[in-house]
Amino acid sequence: MSSKVSIDYGEFPDAGGHFGRYGGRFVPELLMAPLEELAQAYARYREDPLFLAELEADFAHYVGRPSPLYYARRWSEQLGGARIYLKREDLNHTGAHKINNTMGQALLAARMGKTRLVAETGAGQHGVATATVAARLGLECVIYMGAADVQRQSVNVYRMRLLGAKVVAVEAGTRTLKDALNEAFRDWAANVDDTFYIIGTVAGPHPYPAMVRDFQTVIGRETRRQILEREGRLPDALVACVGGGSNAMGLFHPFLAEAGVRLYGVEAGGEGLAGGRHAAPLATGRPGVLHGNRTYLMEDADGQILPTHSISAGLDYPGVGPEHAWLKDIGRAEYVDATDREALAAFHTLTRAEGIMPALESAHALACADRLARTMTPDQIIVVNLSGRGDKDINTVAALEGMEL
Amino acid sequence: MNRIERRFAACRERGRKALISYITGGDPRPDATVPLLQALVEGGADILEVGIPFSDPMADGQVIQAACERALAHRVNIRRILEMVREFRVDDAHTPVVLMGYLNPIEQMGYAVFAREAATAGVDGILCVDLPPEESQSFVETLQANQLDPIWLIAPTTQAGRIHRICEVARGFVYYVSLKGVTGADSLDVSDVAVHLANIRAATRLPVGVGFGIHDAAAAGRIAAVADAVVVGSALVAQIEAHQSEPEVMYGVVRELIADMRRAMDAAVVKIALGGER
Repeated sequence: MSSKVSIDYGEFPDAGGHFGRYGGRFVPELLMAPLEELAQAYARYREDPLFLAELEADFAHYVGRPSPLYYARRWSEQLGGARIYLKREDLNHTGAHKINNTMGQALLAARMGKTRLVAETGAGQHGVATATVAARLGLECVIYMGAADVQRQSVNVYRMRLLGAKVVAVEAGTRTLKDALNEAFRDWAANVDDTFYIIGTVAGPHPYPAMVRDFQTVIGRETRRQILEREGRLPDALVACVGGGSNAMGLFHPFLAEAGVRLYGVEAGGEGLAGGRHAAPLATGRPGVLHGNRTYLMEDADGQILPTHSISAGLDYPGVGPEHAWLKDIGRAEYVDATDREALAAFHTLTRAEGIMPALESAHALACADRLARTMTPDQIIVVNLSGRGDKDINTVAALEGMEL
Repeated sequence: MNRIERRFAACRERGRKALISYITGGDPRPDATVPLLQALVEGGADILEVGIPFSDPMADGQVIQAACERALAHRVNIRRILEMVREFRVDDAHTPVVLMGYLNPIEQMGYAVFAREAATAGVDGILCVDLPPEESQSFVETLQANQLDPIWLIAPTTQAGRIHRICEVARGFVYYVSLKGVTGADSLDVSDVAVHLANIRAATRLPVGVGFGIHDAAAAGRIAAVADAVVVGSALVAQIEAHQSEPEVMYGVVRELIADMRRAMDAAVVKIALGGER
């Protein structure tokens, strides 16, 4: 597409939170004022040197940044194609990229005088990252989690409780992540005066998609600096998994204007796109409105939201961040999928080839990189966002292979 | 004058406040909706809100989410709801009907098709809970081209500038959300409601209805003393849920609950006229 070189990506979203036709702010009237209050506070603090210095210090000394950019030599050589680097977000405190965002939003909440944090969580990673920063800052914390996920992710539920958070099991609807989001919005609506809602991904009403992206772009900024130091040039391709899409947006955004860097977002193909048991709204869905923004959704002909399926609870969501929807439509990023089976294979491959056990979410990105690298040559470079570590998934992997731990 | 205007004018002439009822279309079964609407009218409801069920009703509490799930189990969609309205209109040409729902099902049907078919079925107004005025230009234009009133919510958190902006696009009536929270929530502070109503009345001559947190006749009476209309939803839906297996009992209980509220509201208005409290 010839028009893409002329796009100034820094101009998006517009003042109303739109990325082209996507994004925006579609919420009950009660939430309009708190969202405006949040947007104004964020606009102020994102340029406040003291706020940014505090965030940077917490990134360095609490989260453990910068995370390494690791050359996966053995795996790359086995594939015989491009050289693959892994951005090691799995080495962050709490084991995933999620804390980049929760740290930023919690510091903002404290600046705004809010004393109570609420959040939704699917697999529990965002819930743990929120409960962690709540403990760090001495804030009250309530985590909403679908009742089905509470059962599947009992270890993370216990971690959150150890950290002092109250975990509420949501029995409504499909009892999964989307229902937890509904319930977190309801809590916020009832408690707007003292409560800050920390959304865990680049979705939701404006300003969340832009704000979460900004906190996560530390991933892409570090990657850019690190690859220039190591290779003296930018990579040929970036690969990241996409549920809501925060780790992908954090990696992609600082490279959007670099036309030579191809961007691959990998959705959860589940049991295959044809059968409908997947979580790939960009591949199979159509634009609609859910959870405060317009984006691609998995929905039926009546506009009811469909249940999703993925081996990884973190990708098990029927929507996707609006900026991804826009990048798909303008052709700047390519969206592909990896099935449960492919992700599981990649989980084992990386564990054996490099001694790094990836989260099943990140394993979807690895599966795509595996396919991609084989079509490329050793003078080419791929960076994969290794967004989380796989310790949390070993019960799932064992169960799939017929073992009980 | 459309049905909503006529109804408010009639209420004013008779010195009474309007009673607006909400039920979810298709709850607990599609064939119960028309008899329920008729029972509500018999009990004294002035305006009927019919909810379009949605899988993810984030502005509603558990009572109405459960109602949506019961309706969706029967695959109730907008076209089924419009059939129900058409059927209701066979015997009732006067009671206004307002559809209340979320944007996504309406968007998937298409604004133009939705508005045309709703108007043809006998619908008078549309309240789309997750569509703020900022995003609503083409939606509002489409509704007005089909003589449908866009109904808007105003919240305790809505600032004065926004109240004016909402009232500029509002028709029929405006709906004040009487407390922070979702439908079915607790606690109601009537003096606080009165202060907000004064701010809204400074911005519009439209009637102002109050809803959220009105569970019983006593609360309906207290609100009737200050508002032009009282909206009751979750309290009705809870009765529908409780009696879903016995339709005749369900219709009777719903009729009586509305009649109790009607009496309490009329008594409150008479009290004011006689120079009683307030």
